[in-house]
Amino acid sequence: MTDITPEQTGSGRSQSTTELVQKSLARRNRKQMVLQGYGIAAIVFALSMLVILVGSLVITGYPAFTQTHVELEVFVDPEEVDPENLARGSYDEMIAVSLGEYFPDIDMTDRVAAREVTQLLSSGAQLLLRERVIANPSLIGETITLKVPASDNYDQLNKGLVMRDTPEQFRRVDNAAIERFDTLDEAGVISTPLNTRLITNADSRFPELAGLKGAIIGSFWALLTCFVISFPIGIGAAIYLEEFAPKNKLSDIIEININNLAAVPSVVFGLLALAVFLGWFGMPRSAPLVGGLTLALMTLPTIIIATRAALKAVPPSIREAALGVGASKQQVVFHHVLPLAMPGILTGTIIGLAQALGETAPLLLIGMNAFITSAPSGPFDSATALPTQIFIWADSPERGFVSRTSAAILVLLTFLITMNAIAIYFRQKFERKW
Amino acid sequence: MNDMRKIERDAKMAETKITARNVNVFYGETHAIRDVNVDIADKTVTAFIGPSGCGKSTFLRCINRMNDTIDICRVTGDIQLDGTDIYATSVDPVQLRAQVGMVFQKPNPFPKSIYDNVAYGPRIHGLARTKSDMDEIVERALRRGAIWDEVKDRLDQPGTGLSGGQQQRLCIARAVATEPEVLLMDEPCSALDPIATAQVEELIDELRQDYSVVIVTHSMQQAARVSQKTAFFHLGHLVEFNDTDEIFTNPKDPRTESYITGRIG
Repeated sequence: MTDITPEQTGSGRSQSTTELVQKSLARRNRKQMVLQGYGIAAIVFALSMLVILVGSLVITGYPAFTQTHVELEVFVDPEEVDPENLARGSYDEMIAVSLGEYFPDIDMTDRVAAREVTQLLSSGAQLLLRERVIANPSLIGETITLKVPASDNYDQLNKGLVMRDTPEQFRRVDNAAIERFDTLDEAGVISTPLNTRLITNADSRFPELAGLKGAIIGSFWALLTCFVISFPIGIGAAIYLEEFAPKNKLSDIIEININNLAAVPSVVFGLLALAVFLGWFGMPRSAPLVGGLTLALMTLPTIIIATRAALKAVPPSIREAALGVGASKQQVVFHHVLPLAMPGILTGTIIGLAQALGETAPLLLIGMNAFITSAPSGPFDSATALPTQIFIWADSPERGFVSRTSAAILVLLTFLITMNAIAIYFRQKFERKW
Repeated sequence: MNDMRKIERDAKMAETKITARNVNVFYGETHAIRDVNVDIADKTVTAFIGPSGCGKSTFLRCINRMNDTIDICRVTGDIQLDGTDIYATSVDPVQLRAQVGMVFQKPNPFPKSIYDNVAYGPRIHGLARTKSDMDEIVERALRRGAIWDEVKDRLDQPGTGLSGGQQQRLCIARAVATEPEVLLMDEPCSALDPIATAQVEELIDELRQDYSVVIVTHSMQQAARVSQKTAFFHLGHLVEFNDTDEIFTNPKDPRTESYITGRIG
């Protein structure tokens, strides 16, 4: 095999290998550069889209994180309060009187004129006063300082979202109203503190009072139900399919179907839940429990697929080691394989739950987009969820809901990013190198 | 091959521990083992040698029914351990594997502490009643694995943190912790350096005092160094089975001769 002469090596070619490689090298390098260029362009495109998305949300949403308030000195008139039933009382009158002091030239006894003035404040102002008095009846007869939210239009005016240079007929706030607002502003009673009601209040018809408490608690109960149902069932199914099920046609069909199930549009699960949970089983409408069950149906395939992948990633040498010392199959799985697969399973589960948290369509079908002004006290109470609350607010005509919709999306994104961060943490912390 | 280190050979035939008759193994359509008949003696090291894919590992895994875990694998014939058919329906593979320990090619300690690695087998079989019983079992196993002195101060550290050779000796300690009667070793030194290999080989020779050891090896020198009996496998057939000395100095079958002189394999 060593008797090839140098002439024979180059037979049929007029150029040496080195020359040929050099010729093609430029072309090959160019191709690689082009490919890298495409990659960088795709990433830049994706990143800029993300920046535009989050940027526009922040720009529209940030006014909702503050709320214009008016500080009033309110005299709680004993004559206006029913001492037997503190809930009954002309609290609106007291507020009107207190506000009227800033406008001496307006006759507050004239209902129409008074209404013009009190429109400055949120319709919830009297409720705030009532709550204060009910909580502490000793306030009757006293003058108290009460900070009440301004109504939506004035809030928008204060935040500069209603332009003063717009012609009056196109403006939501007329000139007289602007004058009244400025009077209060000069008196130094207008302030714009952090809008804690966005988190501590449930939904309301009035944007200045509307908050996400009901939606957050509703989402919490729904996710808890979803987790409690889908985590054990998903892991159980995955363990059986991966470790115990005989490999035959039937298990192949089941596997294909589970993979397909993960791709079924969520609205279909909503319809299924509507027919089965609400229709047949007569479960309560709008309840987070039903929402959670529906989301569990959707999360199951994700958890099963993630768990199977995590189980498969446990090296066979560990199984053999355990079998070799006489562990039964069940002991191999529960003593060795499952603990080693747990980080992967948890990561998959958290990502599945994050997906469920953002899911809207199935919740719309089971009525979790109802207008509910109190936070649910349990999984059986009617409630909304974060994505459906966003849906409701996005549909509302009041100007104040525009910024609140964006703010709610930011809150939802915060939850999602937190959950994904936890998943990444688990993956990094427990990642094993074999 | 005549300058091999000679270990004192048991001239007297020890009593037979494992008897295999007409063993055939199929992987789906592939006929991996063909009509193997062999008698493996107690308190002896038996080496299986042969070229890659000859079926020696497959046959080894029949002895503790490790092949059961492979769906498409089918075993026919008769394998007896102390006169009991290990493939009988009355024999549970779990029970069998407690009697027939196994050490694998790649060291595979559990990602647990050194102590828990050794204690796992005795624990699941309920061999220790108290903590001190277990401590004793673990110490005895680690001593028998010739690793006690190296790890006695760090039993709570992960077994995966040991060096390759230490890991393999830990795996041997884990295998002997359940007091098996037979110890199967599937190329136990192929992932080890020469020094670790020498340590493990020395250990195998000591283990012969208590167990019937069956070792699969790619290295003919290793077979010659550690074993008293050698079986040569080729293309699924057991070609020749005899005293190690005989196999290496006076092979009967031309295929054996070709293999040990390096012409096939």
